[in-house]
Amino acid sequence: MPTAITTPRAIRLVVEGQWTWYRRSWRASVVSSVLQPVLYLLALGIGVGTQIRPGGATGDLPYLQYLAPALVVASAVQTAAFESTFPVLSAFKWQRTYHGIAATPVSATQVALGQLAWVALRISVSAAAFLVVAGLLGALTSIGAVLSLVVATLTAVAFAAPVIAYSATIETEGQQFSVIFRFIVMPMTMFSGTFFPVEQLPEWVRPLVWLTPLWHGTELSRAVAFSTWEALGALGHLAFLLAMLAVGTHLAVRNFNRRLAI
Amino acid sequence: MGTSTESLVSARGLAKRFGDFDAVRGIDLDVRPGEAFGFLGPNGAGKSSTMRMIACVSPRTGGELTVLGMDPSRDGPAIRGRLGVVPQQDNLDTELTVRENLHVYGRYFGLSKAHVRAKATELIEFAQLADRSDAEVETLSGGMKRRLTIARSLINDPELLLLDEPTTGLDPQARHLLWDRLFRLKQQGVTLIVTTHYMDEAEQLCDRLVVMDAGRIVAEGSPAELIAQHSTREVLELRFAAGTQDEQAVEGLAERVEVLPDRLLLYTTDGEASLAAVHRRGLTPVSSLVRRSTLEDVFLRLTGRTLVD
Ligand SMILES: Nc1ncnc2c1ncn2[C@@H]1O[C@H](COP(=O)(O)OP(=O)(O)OP(=O)(O)O)[C@@H](O)[C@H]1O
Ligand SMILES: [Mg+2]
Repeated sequence: MPTAITTPRAIRLVVEGQWTWYRRSWRASVVSSVLQPVLYLLALGIGVGTQIRPGGATGDLPYLQYLAPALVVASAVQTAAFESTFPVLSAFKWQRTYHGIAATPVSATQVALGQLAWVALRISVSAAAFLVVAGLLGALTSIGAVLSLVVATLTAVAFAAPVIAYSATIETEGQQFSVIFRFIVMPMTMFSGTFFPVEQLPEWVRPLVWLTPLWHGTELSRAVAFSTWEALGALGHLAFLLAMLAVGTHLAVRNFNRRLAI
Repeated sequence: MGTSTESLVSARGLAKRFGDFDAVRGIDLDVRPGEAFGFLGPNGAGKSSTMRMIACVSPRTGGELTVLGMDPSRDGPAIRGRLGVVPQQDNLDTELTVRENLHVYGRYFGLSKAHVRAKATELIEFAQLADRSDAEVETLSGGMKRRLTIARSLINDPELLLLDEPTTGLDPQARHLLWDRLFRLKQQGVTLIVTTHYMDEAEQLCDRLVVMDAGRIVAEGSPAELIAQHSTREVLELRFAAGTQDEQAVEGLAERVEVLPDRLLLYTTDGEASLAAVHRRGLTPVSSLVRRSTLEDVFLRLTGRTLVD
């Protein structure tokens, strides 16, 4: 006899549901989440990068190697932004699939957590694929890059959680999302230290950068990839990302309940 | 009247408020095991709001409610595991195939993959979608989607099936097929709660029903009881040439006269006698029809509206 379902099990089932869809349509998403960052890596790392002399700014590394562990984080955050906006809006409004799930033993809270887990899984797979390609291109300096995968995933879900929470409140056709992409994701990608050190930015901009999850993720990812980390700094970045994840998850759970249990 | 312990669903003063709007204003209900229970009512009466509270997806804002002997506010997941729900609005995953929809949904009930696979095949037959089982739901017609939603609601072999306007959008053949299937489920002991705007559906399916209007229950009983209580034995329908319909002219010929835009309904025990009286007054309707009272007449009487509006 079916009864209530534990939360870990419910999360796995929501992920399984998403996977059922992804299994058939993954080819389309590989282009945006793996091929695109690889092209960036080739164009910037190998193309532009040959014109950049290794120096203090790049940690005395060739630009390609300097770029790779940061690019994996930036592209994970970008994928997270896409996965946390229209698919979530659609599941509430267009397809109403979340409403369908909420009529089963799986609760609104579990749906929210499951969605977040799916984004995490989805991102870690893309990031792993990217890192394999980067490794083949000689862009990775050490096995520490494996930790970059963890950092990229953490950074991306820390960003995804509040975005999912926001998407759960949207009743319109999602025009608001273009604001997120244009005024948050885009500038964050450009100026959070992925392509050049934050020290190059005007002093007054830097505090803004420190508020972005991508900057913390980028710093952390380079630190673990190049083994240049020191405990206090690393802990600070980790704490920021975990706090953002916790707050975002809390908001997502609250908003899913508000939307589904009315 | 059953007590709440032997009812599958029992409500006392059940209420639902959205902001400062009262959608359900304190209703009492008892649905007994094995019966088919219906909700009739005009648009906005509060039928779906009530169904959603029973389905344990919408928290009540007042009164008492028990479903399968449990409290939805505490045991929601456990109750939902034993319910089947056909919502008014389909919520299938249109990017998955027919079969995938059943698989994925069944898994949310904690059922094994093997069980869900076998059950899905059975339900695809049930919904007569065998030739479309690997098609994406996107490509199905509205009626096919509705059939799939109904099939999906049975994936967990529910004890209580909640159907919110199940046959809206189905062609007549599919509706009769569904009635037959629902009748068989009922014979197997499944309890049904149905909302509908179709009077023939209510008469066919429901042992007992309530009529809701503006958040309240305004009548309750079996279809026959409701007709006996709220209508006369027969109805005389009179159509007049355009512009000549005049309800004053038939005054005193029936217990009650209902004026519709295109005809007059005369509620009377003997329709033929009333028709003869109409002719004696020198009235010349274009057409006349004597029929038995139906739920439609009860509905019209209680809510002032026709069933399908
Ligand atoms: N989420 C909501 N927020 C605010 N008001 C709502 C909400 N859901 C329903 N209502 C209101 O509650 C009332 C009852 O709605 P409900 O859907 O229960 O009616 P219904 O009897 O099912 O009608 P129909 O026959 O049209 O399906 C309506 O006035 C509706 O506008
Ligand atoms: Mg309704």
